[in-house]
Amino acid sequence: MNSAQIEIQLIASLVAIACAIPGTFLVLRKMALITDAISHSILPGIVIGFFITHDLSSPILILLATATGVLTVILVEFIQKTGLVKEDTAIGLVFPALFSIGIIMISKNASDVHLDIDAVLLGELAFAPFDRLIVQNIDLGPKSLWIIGSIVMITLSLLFTFFKELKVSTFDKGLAASLGFSPILIHYGLMTVSSITTVGAFDAVGAILVIALMIAPAATAYLLTQDLRKMLSLAILFGIAGAILGYWTAHFLDASISGSITTVLGIIFLLVYLFAKNKGLFSVLYRQKQQKIEVLLLTFLLHLNNHSEKEERHVKHLTEHINWQKVKAKTVLNLALKNNMITVEDKIVSLTEKGKTFTEEAINYIITNKDTEIEKMKDRFFLFRG
Amino acid sequence: MNLSEYFELLISDYTLRTISIGTAILGAICGMLGSFAVLRKQSLLGDAISHAALPGIAIAFLIIESKNSTIFLIGALISGLIGTFWIRGIINKTHLKSDTALGLILSIFFGFGMLLLTYIQKLPNANQAGLESYLFGQAATLIESDVWLMAVVTGISLIILLLFWKELKILLFDPDFTKTLGFNTRFLDILITSFIVVAIVLGLQTVGVVLMSAMLLAPAAAARQWTNSLSTMIFIAALFGASSGVIGTGISASSNNLPTGPVIVIIAGVFVLVSFIFSPGRGLLFRQIRFRKNRRDLQLHKTLSFMYNIAKNHENISHPHAIRILNNFQGFTKKSLKELEDHNYIKLQGNMWSMTETGYHKAANLYNQITKTHE
Repeated sequence: MNSAQIEIQLIASLVAIACAIPGTFLVLRKMALITDAISHSILPGIVIGFFITHDLSSPILILLATATGVLTVILVEFIQKTGLVKEDTAIGLVFPALFSIGIIMISKNASDVHLDIDAVLLGELAFAPFDRLIVQNIDLGPKSLWIIGSIVMITLSLLFTFFKELKVSTFDKGLAASLGFSPILIHYGLMTVSSITTVGAFDAVGAILVIALMIAPAATAYLLTQDLRKMLSLAILFGIAGAILGYWTAHFLDASISGSITTVLGIIFLLVYLFAKNKGLFSVLYRQKQQKIEVLLLTFLLHLNNHSEKEERHVKHLTEHINWQKVKAKTVLNLALKNNMITVEDKIVSLTEKGKTFTEEAINYIITNKDTEIEKMKDRFFLFRG
Repeated sequence: MNLSEYFELLISDYTLRTISIGTAILGAICGMLGSFAVLRKQSLLGDAISHAALPGIAIAFLIIESKNSTIFLIGALISGLIGTFWIRGIINKTHLKSDTALGLILSIFFGFGMLLLTYIQKLPNANQAGLESYLFGQAATLIESDVWLMAVVTGISLIILLLFWKELKILLFDPDFTKTLGFNTRFLDILITSFIVVAIVLGLQTVGVVLMSAMLLAPAAAARQWTNSLSTMIFIAALFGASSGVIGTGISASSNNLPTGPVIVIIAGVFVLVSFIFSPGRGLLFRQIRFRKNRRDLQLHKTLSFMYNIAKNHENISHPHAIRILNNFQGFTKKSLKELEDHNYIKLQGNMWSMTETGYHKAANLYNQITKTHE
């Protein structure tokens, strides 16, 4: 690893940290798509700033682009308030228009602007180490490192200072307002931080990766934990992992760094989405299947409890009268047997003592509309789950 | 070349005519299907799908190793559909909300697509040039067979739309009711979503991945302002879409270095802006005018009822009073008094006012009317 490679990974990781923090709050506040809007619509701000300063890392440009980002949010909210279109349409109308203006400005001045459209979407992370900050002939490292570094510092200090306020206003706006924190101030504060982060990261990683770095790590973390602190640290961790693994993937494939960082983030999300312990797809599907069988079991036991006559309790009756398929009937019957709820003599099913208590308690809960209690009851009665 | 020359060329020039017809058809189908997306609150689904289509195009290229827009469309269609169903999976099976799911799929698929595109660029294959045109669209690459494809797909979706018109309409406005009526909502849902995906994929070549969502949304959002009827809205949206396609292509062709996609989007944006402001029923301008008028009417009524309270204490209701005694009441101006006189509710004589018979009746029944209309 040479120093340029280390620097690129450092920049990518810092971008990941800077994005993961506001991203977590945006995901929790159901405003993830505003990052999509901001990352696209800051383009005209960047282009105008570039016309004025001719330097992609000048503070004026960052300021202008941040202002465009906040303006987008205000514009979207204004359109939402008019009630002329539904909420998400407002986002979908604002950012393509602003982005188009930016693209047209770039294309019209393509000859004298060193700003090409690919760079806008993908960034130029590979070239970041060559644009160095030199003060009095001393090389202080790449410029983007300094920009992203300061954004991370600002974001972190804001996070630690206003953690309580952010937490309360994210989960309970009403409470936050009654405690005297201004939800509007926090909202626009968050929007401003998101805009600054997007602008700062834009130069290094491009518009699309900013969205991915904001949403993907936070969404992945949200599948694993419900604790805000844990979610923040997991999001940061996933972001950094994506950045470093993505860099090496790009290195081996000789392809775009931001493209592969995004892809790695996507793979991490896919794995967690499939295999997460409680919220993953497989465990959700497994749980749904389990509950389906257990509901069938309960229905069956209730049926047995209601009928004392023999023909209603015959094993065949399951397939004939309740209209269950053979396999399904067998599964339910086996489960009931394993749990000692029933006994079978001469193909006639009867409830055991345990089965009776279970059924009666269940009826009680169903009648009094406390269906949720049944879940707890299952823990007490079941030796084997469906 | 300026715009009027363009319209002359439109008739004489073959290429330009092909391109213009293509963008017009594209605008029409987008407007049509976009109306459903907008009304179903799936506006941003289009954004996600169009981004999600990119890896499909790249993979299609990697497989066939040459440029063939029909194969690309199939690739885009498949990866767009995968994206759509993954979004549904995330929303249905986890506690992540739709905005997170959309943003996630959008950025991940697009990032993966860009990874493949940059990888393709490094391959020693001369055919790869021009794949980037799918990012922002290049209407100039449209050829006659593309236009035919668009026309056929538009025709099919129009037929499907008419066949399932009743079902789709009811699904749009009351999904639960549709289900209770026994319609297969899942099938209808997948049907309309698939057609939205198809429309998006068709537009990729012309408008590009990044801005395709606006093509879907803008005409429909503009059309929504002019009507409350679904069929009219779809018709107007198709019209707006087609016009922005043709005008955008014209402007883009009439000057160098203007990518078609952004220009079309801006034209569509102008349609939205004009509709938002000037539509007679919902527009902001007329709403503001109505609002002002209501406020003025209310102010007049308040003044009138204040006068009525004074006048009813006198035997002769037309007994003149000094304007001065209205000073306790803040809502009157010279202008509003004049207006009341114009309505023949009061008479003004110098510093005095007196109520007329009509004014007295009007004021006495003011609240009755209001309560009546609210019943």
